[in-house]
Amino acid sequence: MKGELLIKNVRLLDSRGEHGKADVLIGEGKILSLEGGDAASVLDAGGLMLTPGLCDPHAHLREPGQEVKEELATGLLAALRGGYTDVVCMPNTTPPVDTPEAVMALIEKARGLGYARLYPSAALTQGQEGKLLTEARLLKEAGAIMLTDDGRTNEDAGVLALGLAYAASWGLVVSVHAEDAGLRRGGVMNEGPLSYRLGLPGNPAAAEAARIARDLEIVRYVMPGAKAQKPSILLHVQHLSTRRGLELIRQARAEGLPVGAEVTPHHLTLTDEALESLDPIYKVAPPLRTQADIEALIAGLLEGSIDCIGTDHAPHTQAEKEQDLLRAPFGIANIEVAWPLLYTELVLKRGFPLPTLLERFTDGARRVLGLPLIRLETGAEASLMLFDPASERAVNPAEFASKARFSPWAGWKLQGWPVMTLVEGRVAWTHERLGVGA
Amino acid sequence: MGTGVMETHTHSAEQPKHLLDFQGWNRAHIESLFETAKMMQEVLSRPVKKVPALTGFTVATVFFEPSTRTRLSFELAARRMSADVLSFSGATSSMSKGESYKDTLLTLDAMGIDAYVIRVDAAGVPHQAARWLGKPIINAGDGWRAHPTQALLDAFSLLERLGSLEGRKIAIVGDILHSRVARSNAELLPMLGAEVWLCGPATLLPGELPRVRLTTDLREALHDADAVMALRLQKERMDRGLLPSEPEYIAGYQITHERLGWAKPEAPLLHPGPMNRDLELEGTLAESPRSLVERQVANGQAVRMAVLYHLLVGRKG
Amino acid sequence: MKFKSRILSAEEIRRALTRIAHEVVEKNKGTDRLCFVGIHTRGITLAQRLRELVRQFEGVEVPMGILDITLYRDDLSEIAVQPKVRETRIPFDIGGRSVVLVDDVLFTGRTARAALDALIDLGRPSRIYLAVLVDRGHRELPIRADFVGKNLPTAKSEVVKVKVREVDGEEAVELWELE
Repeated sequence: MKGELLIKNVRLLDSRGEHGKADVLIGEGKILSLEGGDAASVLDAGGLMLTPGLCDPHAHLREPGQEVKEELATGLLAALRGGYTDVVCMPNTTPPVDTPEAVMALIEKARGLGYARLYPSAALTQGQEGKLLTEARLLKEAGAIMLTDDGRTNEDAGVLALGLAYAASWGLVVSVHAEDAGLRRGGVMNEGPLSYRLGLPGNPAAAEAARIARDLEIVRYVMPGAKAQKPSILLHVQHLSTRRGLELIRQARAEGLPVGAEVTPHHLTLTDEALESLDPIYKVAPPLRTQADIEALIAGLLEGSIDCIGTDHAPHTQAEKEQDLLRAPFGIANIEVAWPLLYTELVLKRGFPLPTLLERFTDGARRVLGLPLIRLETGAEASLMLFDPASERAVNPAEFASKARFSPWAGWKLQGWPVMTLVEGRVAWTHERLGVGA
Repeated sequence: MGTGVMETHTHSAEQPKHLLDFQGWNRAHIESLFETAKMMQEVLSRPVKKVPALTGFTVATVFFEPSTRTRLSFELAARRMSADVLSFSGATSSMSKGESYKDTLLTLDAMGIDAYVIRVDAAGVPHQAARWLGKPIINAGDGWRAHPTQALLDAFSLLERLGSLEGRKIAIVGDILHSRVARSNAELLPMLGAEVWLCGPATLLPGELPRVRLTTDLREALHDADAVMALRLQKERMDRGLLPSEPEYIAGYQITHERLGWAKPEAPLLHPGPMNRDLELEGTLAESPRSLVERQVANGQAVRMAVLYHLLVGRKG
Repeated sequence: MKFKSRILSAEEIRRALTRIAHEVVEKNKGTDRLCFVGIHTRGITLAQRLRELVRQFEGVEVPMGILDITLYRDDLSEIAVQPKVRETRIPFDIGGRSVVLVDDVLFTGRTARAALDALIDLGRPSRIYLAVLVDRGHRELPIRADFVGKNLPTAKSEVVKVKVREVDGEEAVELWELE
């Protein structure tokens, strides 16, 4: 058998577990063999770990219109550097992505770049104004993978109900930024002892819980009528941040409601205590919560009540983030560090099972999106990540491909850094030290 | 002065570099600052109310949020110490053209500033400034968060009247949630031994604050109090639906002659100003013998001179 | 620091102060409009003593004030340690008076310069005299004392210590060597 690339001496890891050492032969965009073979180029991976490529159901790549913060070329390269082969971009751009033409333009541009594969989400309502539904059927044909008004909250319950029912009939999942606008008011951090003491407007956990409770009720109401190509997940709750929100999701899933949920790297590793510095770099929506919330979210991730990691990669310019805490925009750029961060903080430091974490970065997200799963076996699609489980390196935002070259984790010493990312059998990115050109 | 270097009676405790809030300040720091403030009171009692201590220093007052009184108080304090004063106002300058805080501050810094007095409507900007600039920062009020020199002059005025704050009950009444004055007093007064009660309508009270009591019951707050402070009620609270109306506030929380009777007989009354007469307090109370309002303003000068001295002098090398 | 020698004993200090007190009254042609202002710390003690001596042989209570010159120092923008501001209390109008500034040691003249500036901010005396227990030389400013207890040639590396009972628990002027 003749392939294009032979990666020798890797340890195989997918969501089912570790499968020992292998020599992986890749060609025609697929894994041709796990037992070696002839190839045009050969790489000795020296025992690094090979996994399916990571999939992010939630990133803000800012095109069109906000290229000063990020663009596809920087965001999708950043994704590759983070081990991601598949990225869903959010439609809260300028203007919002709410037409089939806009979706197609993004897909075409991303394809030309040859970085991570882009799956645009589109607005649930026209202009994300929360009033009139977008063209779900035509958007899906154009390539939209999800509908969402993320960036805003779905204040009109009736509109969300209509949107869910309609999107479901065309097999599209709807994702929601679940925060009650009235309860969160102008909150810029978690409401609690610290926000009271610092004199910062607080965003209470109740804002998330109340909205999730309402949205679950809407799913219960819509479900019996949801017809045709009913997706496995009808409503996907983005960036879960509270213990109470998790409890509601857990309960709904126990009932069998088709509800998914994601959690971000920052809500798993940072608490509101970080705001003691009064540094807007930690301003994010929903806000960083408490250690008790982190513990609950990790438990939820372990048991599967939370399907996946969504980065909510939300780049802004340094000048924007250096405004004061009231005016600085919400968001943290993190797609380049998500995997090593959680590998280090959860797997290495807390004993979280590695295959489970990988599942939440890969299969979990793909299931929510309705994408095919990737298994490390002969014939599988060769969209893969090679990572180094051992070497330690500090987070250095100056090296980010993302335009947002600052990070709340700057200086954190992490392991598990990706060293190569393959998309459909092609080496899309390698770390300089590995010395294999794309 | 026999050693040939001037004899130096120095402060025992290492002093904080900034006055952002009272994190990092302890009772010894405050007491030493108040000692200096007393000396400044003597300077202010002289025919020539000016000393050359800060000759050669330049103090920038950077007010991103307008506040005439606080600015005047700081600038006069700086001039009475012979510092040069550079006055920047966000409202009348490039801030309105979109220049960032950081760019503004770095531009000023290039002019050779030795200390910054910063007032801003958003919490945390003085903290950020402290990270960006290697100079002492004095917070002249940031959002709802802190207004440490106001709390210092309040405490100084209280000490002047009461002698000691040990075990004294101080009631602060009004819009606690949005009050940097309340927050700074809630940090400072307990450090000096006082028992602080914060009282206001439920919608204007934070959930909790360390080392103080919170209550919506005015009678409980004022009962046997050694001093009472009324806070300014911002009228925009009504617009945001946090208070039904002014009469509703007056009915529940206005400090009146009658209600002041719940406190100790001689308990002084404070107000950080500017005052809404007949809203947060009965109009004639401001001129009553119990009022410390004028002492607060006068002491503001001495306290701010002391703060400038403490943050600027002896920081070389 | 190393002790070198004792310059003045308690008795010698007493005699020197007594002489100064007489010289002050003589120069001022009596005690009319006379006052003492002591500079922190030991200048205050010495001023108190001079005032007591004047009371003993003239039977007159001359007013006395205390002066802290910290806010008038010329090195506040250069130093690394913050001096404590101490009390200035001159409970009478110095306008039109003959003020006798009292300090323990006259050295560079910078303290006296600061004290003169401070005094002039407090009013317009008709005359200011300077009285010191020890003049050790090494002036950096054109300043001289009107009344001196002891002229003492010193090296710059030496330290003159004035000890008074009220502050130090003993009474002496000593010469020490910096190491």
